[in-house]
Amino acid sequence: MNLVSLLAAVPQVDSGDTAWMMAATALVLMMTPALGLFYAGLVRSKNTLNTFMMCIAAIAVAMVTWALVGYSLAFDGTGDLIGGFGYVGLHGVGFLPRNSESTIPHLLFMAFQATFCIITVALVSGAVVERMRFGAFLVFATLWSVLVYAVLAHWAFGGGWLAERGTLDFAGGVPVEMASGFSALAAALVVGARKDYGRQALLPHNAMYVLLGAGLLWFGWFGFNGGSGFNTGTNSVLAFTNTLITPACALVTWFALDLIRGRKATAIGAATAIIVGCVLITPAGGFISPGWAMVLGFLGALPCYAMIQWRPRTRVDETLDVLAAHGVAGFTGILFIGFVAQIGWNGLADGLFYGNADQLLDQALAAIAAPAYAFTVTFILLKLIGAVMPLRASEHDEAVGMDVTYHGEEAYVTGEGAILVFPEDGGTLPVPVADPG
Amino acid sequence: MKLVIGIVRPEKANDVLEALYRAQVRGVSMSRVQGHGGELERVETYRGTTVQMGLAEKVRFEIAVSDEFVQPTVDALCEGARTGEVGDGKIFVLPLDAAVRIRTAETDHGAVTPVDK
Repeated sequence: MNLVSLLAAVPQVDSGDTAWMMAATALVLMMTPALGLFYAGLVRSKNTLNTFMMCIAAIAVAMVTWALVGYSLAFDGTGDLIGGFGYVGLHGVGFLPRNSESTIPHLLFMAFQATFCIITVALVSGAVVERMRFGAFLVFATLWSVLVYAVLAHWAFGGGWLAERGTLDFAGGVPVEMASGFSALAAALVVGARKDYGRQALLPHNAMYVLLGAGLLWFGWFGFNGGSGFNTGTNSVLAFTNTLITPACALVTWFALDLIRGRKATAIGAATAIIVGCVLITPAGGFISPGWAMVLGFLGALPCYAMIQWRPRTRVDETLDVLAAHGVAGFTGILFIGFVAQIGWNGLADGLFYGNADQLLDQALAAIAAPAYAFTVTFILLKLIGAVMPLRASEHDEAVGMDVTYHGEEAYVTGEGAILVFPEDGGTLPVPVADPG
Repeated sequence: MKLVIGIVRPEKANDVLEALYRAQVRGVSMSRVQGHGGELERVETYRGTTVQMGLAEKVRFEIAVSDEFVQPTVDALCEGARTGEVGDGKIFVLPLDAAVRIRTAETDHGAVTPVDK
């Protein structure tokens, strides 16, 4: 074997692809604090910090579990259901591409995938805000990131049975959107409704946070979808552009529905429409034409809107509607690929409308299997955690708010009447002026 | 005619409103206030600065009622605001010299009696 053929066999790192993927990884990481802002605006002011902190905690917990075992289970080997333990502790994850198709360092590929695991864990928190104990959430996040996210990531991205069948999922309709949405439903059922749910109006406390969070999420989503081709090729460019098109169309539909129903186009509705549009195009981004991406935005928003109208009329306090915005939208996006995928645009497969009914079958399998797995495992996992420790705050703590209860801070502290406490006082506090004792 | 002032926990404000509504007490003003009673105070930490929150958030209800409504109003405030812990709040009942409903210039008893639309 001569030197030339030897060189050709060694996978090559492409500098342009690597540069884009480093930027994309940072963009996706930013989506998690952006989600924190979005969620924090939707809750009451006394739970602002706790809601944001669940997203911050997702970064801490999911990054660690991903590096220790999650990445290995998702991306080592091509087992049907689960990967191997070859990359445990990031062993062997280095600067060379992971396989002959990849043009970026393996380490960067791992980092990009880590940001997906992080935001998916953060997404699920939307179902349990304002009442779940912070400690119980940390335990849940730790186990969920491995038992649900890593497994579904293996199915769709890591060479598992869905990927093997040819199911198309560009940027995570299976492991991110459907997994978080249907897990959120299970979490809401196990943890239970907030104590005042259905009895009092529990309103968003800051619509500006919601809009700003949605805007930053959309910005970050260009890395999420645009980076999911792992290069700067045609599929990546297509996904990047569709990430602009579909949410804009979803916004138009949302405005129209809002105007028809209530005669007013709402701001929080618009923020929701941006998220729904981004989720719709997530699985389909690199596979469907820009024209079909517009149709997806216009039509795909309909079931999500209906779900968001219907859910609060039920007893299920799936608080921030993760199921509607992520589960239903991800489901719709995954199925839509099966109808309108075009080999001329994606270089891989046609959908039903272009003569390939098999593709729709592969998509339908994913749309059934992923929600079933995510819901079942999350339900059992939370029941088990609930058997060991309480999942919920006490009624008193729930009334006072999660911020003071679990973080000892308030988002909107006035500082009036606050007295400095110095540790050298031995921890004894001044006696209150009107001590009843 | 009396002015009933009730200072309660903010998290119980909705329960108080419900109890007042059930007692058919309709004219209510409420405001957020900060106060100091006997409650065990909260300690919060901000980046290494530990502070004892000397003032607690409270909600202050002001309700002008005719004499026969004084007891039901006080009962409703107690029922809605009580948790049994220190810091549940106080109720003050003050004599009220005069009341005027601005829209109709009705005075006193007529002014503090809700109108049925």
